[in-house]
Amino acid sequence: MTLTEMAEQNKVILYGTWTSPYVKRVELALKVKGIRYEYVEEDLRNKSPLLLTFNPIHKKVPVLVHNGKAIVESLVIIEYIDETWKTGPQLLPEDPYKRSQIRFWASYMQQVSEAMVLVIKTIGEAQEKAIKEVSEKVKLLEAGLKGLFPDGIPSVHEYSKNVTLLDLVILAHFGGYEAQEEVLGLKLIDSEKTPLVVSCITALIEIPAVKESLNPLEKVVAFLKFFRENALKSATA
Amino acid sequence: MAQVTLFGFWPSPFVYRVIWALKLKGVDYEYVEEDMLYNKSDRLLKYNPVHKKVPVLVHAGKPIAESAVILEYIEETWPQNPLLPKDPHGRALARFWTKFGEDKIPALFGFFMTEGEQQVTATKEGQEQLRILEEQGLGDKKFFGGDEIGMADLEFGWLAWWLEVLSEVAGVKVIEAESFPRLYAWIQRFKEFPTIKETLPDRSAMLTYFKGRRATFLALAAS
Repeated sequence: MTLTEMAEQNKVILYGTWTSPYVKRVELALKVKGIRYEYVEEDLRNKSPLLLTFNPIHKKVPVLVHNGKAIVESLVIIEYIDETWKTGPQLLPEDPYKRSQIRFWASYMQQVSEAMVLVIKTIGEAQEKAIKEVSEKVKLLEAGLKGLFPDGIPSVHEYSKNVTLLDLVILAHFGGYEAQEEVLGLKLIDSEKTPLVVSCITALIEIPAVKESLNPLEKVVAFLKFFRENALKSATA
Repeated sequence: MAQVTLFGFWPSPFVYRVIWALKLKGVDYEYVEEDMLYNKSDRLLKYNPVHKKVPVLVHAGKPIAESAVILEYIEETWPQNPLLPKDPHGRALARFWTKFGEDKIPALFGFFMTEGEQQVTATKEGQEQLRILEEQGLGDKKFFGGDEIGMADLEFGWLAWWLEVLSEVAGVKVIEAESFPRLYAWIQRFKEFPTIKETLPDRSAMLTYFKGRRATFLALAAS
């Protein structure tokens, strides 16, 4: 084995796009566990040959490549990361019941995310309907968090040692809430209606590994504005 | 051992995934049949307030919903006769195909929900996904899980029993021995596997039930 080949062993590459919360989920997992990785930004309108080789079935990001083997689907990737690297917090706790609750709510976040995207892409009555849906779903999430945090959210210090897969997923979708509020002119998450969800996000953002991976506000605002304008344009076209 | 209760609905392949997992691992459980069409029980609504669906597994009084989540819980709580390999990459592959099965449900069931030209298109779309499944998911393996039945086999178990009934009701052939030789062979192996063979819903009852469902779907689509 050459030195180069030895270096390839344990090499971690993440293929992603900076705007995707699904990619962000994986990024957060890698950062929180202190795993060194190479990041490759993909242009989804012009996907690289490597991406298509590593994810021929879905042709999507995120894709994690480890030791030359590809893993696909954000939650599958995070479970793989948790099983392979024992550094940093354990993203799924030992207890099977707690694991099941975390998996359940992490999977539920896909529905919450789809509703949020609808709010960004619509106006008028359609948007009203989407906002109502997000509100209902976040309320359910709040109830779920009550079950997982019966004594409330821990201190940032405690939290950083015990952060879970669900926390990372929530953060990936809601971490940019300020940008969402600015672009939409309304709150999608409200500390009065869903205090646990909000305190979960604000605590997580303070964890150093998380803080450094969040995108700058102006950049996200600019992207969301562009995304919304495009969606509204094609809706009326 | 703490009480295990499964809330289910007899025609549901999602429910059967859980039944197969419990049976393969030799776990004793109480089964509660839910009237999913007309009269869901208060207990079900209490145990699954988010989705109000079956299957729901209750173990030592604590409920778990979503078949994929339930299967992982069963695997972790009763490790005998494992449904997942030990190595992380193998586990990731099994989970990938499980998610593929969940995500492709609309494409795979499309032929059953449509008629005429729409059905022709829907059947082709479903078969495209089955092609991917056969060539990349199953390949030359005996089961999706390798030499033994695994989590992905349970995910696609409906192809081995439900698909035939749905195809008959919808008047469309989806999988045939010539067009999908490997999947076809896997289907025979899966439904002949002792634990699975004794754990399948009654075929004629299924025919009646799914005839009724197809009529409902088509009427809804026409309205």
